[in-house]
Amino acid sequence: MHEIIAKQGLSPNVTRLDVKAPRLAKIRQAGQFVIVHRAEGAERIPLTIADADPEKGTIALVIQAVGKSTRDLVAMEPGEFITGIAGPLGKPTELIEKGRALCVGGGVGTAVVHPIAQGLHRQGVSVHSIIGGRSKEWVIFEQELRQLGEVTVCTDDGSHGRKGFVTEAAKELLSAGGIDIVYAVGPVPMMRAVVNLTRPMGVHTIVSLNPVMVDGTGMCGGCRVTVDNQTFFACVDGPEFDGHLVDFEGLMDRLGTYREFEQRATHACESGQCKVGLH
Amino acid sequence: MKIDRQKMSEQDPLQRSTNFGEVNLGLQEKVALLEAERCLQCRDPKCVSGCPVMVNIPQFLELLSEGNLAAAAQSLLNDNALPSVTGRVCPQETQCEIECIRGNKGLPVAVGYLERFVGDWARGNREQVPMQVAAPTGRKVAVAGAGPGGLTAAGELARRGHDVTIFEALHKPGGVLVYGIPEFRLPKAIVEDEVARLQQAGVKIVCNTVIGRTYTIQELREQFDAVFIANGAGLPVFMNVPGENFKGVYSANEYLTRVNLMSAYQFPQADTPVLVGRRVATVGGGNVAMDAARTAKRIGAEASIIVYRRTRKEMPARAEEIHHAEQEGIDFEFLVAPVEVIGDEKRWVTGLKCVRMQLGAPDASGRARPEIIPGSEFVIPCDVVVVSIGTRANPLLTATCPEMKLNKWGNIVVDENGMTNLPGVFAGGDIVRGAATVILAMGDGKRAAAAMDEYLKTAPPLGSQTV
Repeated sequence: MHEIIAKQGLSPNVTRLDVKAPRLAKIRQAGQFVIVHRAEGAERIPLTIADADPEKGTIALVIQAVGKSTRDLVAMEPGEFITGIAGPLGKPTELIEKGRALCVGGGVGTAVVHPIAQGLHRQGVSVHSIIGGRSKEWVIFEQELRQLGEVTVCTDDGSHGRKGFVTEAAKELLSAGGIDIVYAVGPVPMMRAVVNLTRPMGVHTIVSLNPVMVDGTGMCGGCRVTVDNQTFFACVDGPEFDGHLVDFEGLMDRLGTYREFEQRATHACESGQCKVGLH
Repeated sequence: MKIDRQKMSEQDPLQRSTNFGEVNLGLQEKVALLEAERCLQCRDPKCVSGCPVMVNIPQFLELLSEGNLAAAAQSLLNDNALPSVTGRVCPQETQCEIECIRGNKGLPVAVGYLERFVGDWARGNREQVPMQVAAPTGRKVAVAGAGPGGLTAAGELARRGHDVTIFEALHKPGGVLVYGIPEFRLPKAIVEDEVARLQQAGVKIVCNTVIGRTYTIQELREQFDAVFIANGAGLPVFMNVPGENFKGVYSANEYLTRVNLMSAYQFPQADTPVLVGRRVATVGGGNVAMDAARTAKRIGAEASIIVYRRTRKEMPARAEEIHHAEQEGIDFEFLVAPVEVIGDEKRWVTGLKCVRMQLGAPDASGRARPEIIPGSEFVIPCDVVVVSIGTRANPLLTATCPEMKLNKWGNIVVDENGMTNLPGVFAGGDIVRGAATVILAMGDGKRAAAAMDEYLKTAPPLGSQTV
């Protein structure tokens, strides 16, 4: 059982929960995730450990409420308990030891970029983050990332930072040279755009993939992704891979497997057939 | 008077293929007593040596035939910690029952049915068969994995007075007994009962804890006097054919986990979905393939088809599972091997392209090697494909314990006592054997527990071990 210590809305549909998990707070490394099992009957959801406080014994989970399961999770309040959190899962990020890194985060992916930037900063790597959102209120983790290096904010409507996509800002920065590695996490189209940008430049680019998962320990194979024409399990072989070798079409396609179910669950929820809110 | 082998009553095939209620309904007491009487009480009982956990079968059957159920249960439980489980899922026809002398002229004693009967009686009458726990030894033992191997070892160790903690990666204990084997073959309440019995005997179970990730083996060695690794097989093997990542292709592990552990058949009451499929093709011929194909029918598939590259005779599944599957209207495509998953423009599965096979000379396993018949390609129309062709070793635990000796497939190497190359660290079940059975894992757990008990008598005190 894991108590929710704090809750904070980061954007219109992204919520941060700080949850008691002393062991995980102590040993997690950049890039690792947990499987969250909210309660009996709930789905098992993979979530990146966005931050941790080993002294308080808490980890930060950043959740984009898109379906019933994530909505149920963000409906929880401080003082309530999450039944199970398993981890830390996945391979830690390959952090470079010196030089200059570009971290690109889009939407809720910015929360996944944060621990990577933290890890790099700790190594003494110079970090430049480019983060984006539809408009000002959709930009998350800006302050946290500013403590780790320079930050460029991009919004689609120009309401905050520069107007335009993160890829445009990334292109300018990369063209200027001096970037040793790129870490990109966000919606699949964004990651694909970033790797298409860096491939001709020959800049190594790591992306973090978020396929459908059940157990998170390699047992189910639901999270299989194609990288360099081979099948890998994101939970044990990833979740981070060489972006230049990832089959993004395949990933995006498989992410759509349960779209119809999500709509049904959401519908059932909205029409009062589900148990949410009754306990 | 000659007594014929008693029959197990079953739920009607048509009815049961639409529900998750248990298929086999158990024996009435008087029927069980009658069947137990059929045991010839051989002086040199071959059935016992056919059993991976060496249950003293004649003894519990004799006590049963006398109507002394408590004594029969005590005798059985002394040898087998999970009789209600093994009575349901063991391949008795290739273990105890194949050795039964009665089988030479007629049918063997129905050992499996009787084991189930006595096991179930014991579950309903716990107070009459309390677990005898020895005085505390002061030794602490960690078990990685709460599947059949880990649960058995934990029970044996607790009985000997050791302080046992099981670490389970999933949110519920039971391993394959809860995520893999479906409710209609092994009700989850039975597993819950067995787990509760262990907990009453002092075994602690910590879920959501992945050994190799949450704690490494080295960390466990620092905190426990001995460790038993029974974390199971893990990674499902895929066919490596085009189209395998189309939407609608599952590993049997994923398909069964969604339905069993996550109750996806109750969606949207349960949150986890599963693609039901109108026509489901399951590739493979083992128990897991039968479970998947029969599950597909139960959750609403109009047609559920087993695709197997050899013939019925070579199928590794238990005879009863194949028989039950046939009764339930599962279709079998024998001597057929998939070569490609076909999908529509949106990459949803629409069919499984296969070739026909013929059997050639025996291969290394002794089974006839299937060979492709040229020009025999055809398509099985389907919208879900379940791949059930085995698993390979899960690297999660071993990857963070590089000093542990593995074989070329990544399975842990153990000596005749079940000990790895690390002193005090034992292993058993699928992580050692590759994909095997519940009872073999239990046998490993039982043997390792005995060896661990011996080891603990002379082991150095905690904290003094070196690699």
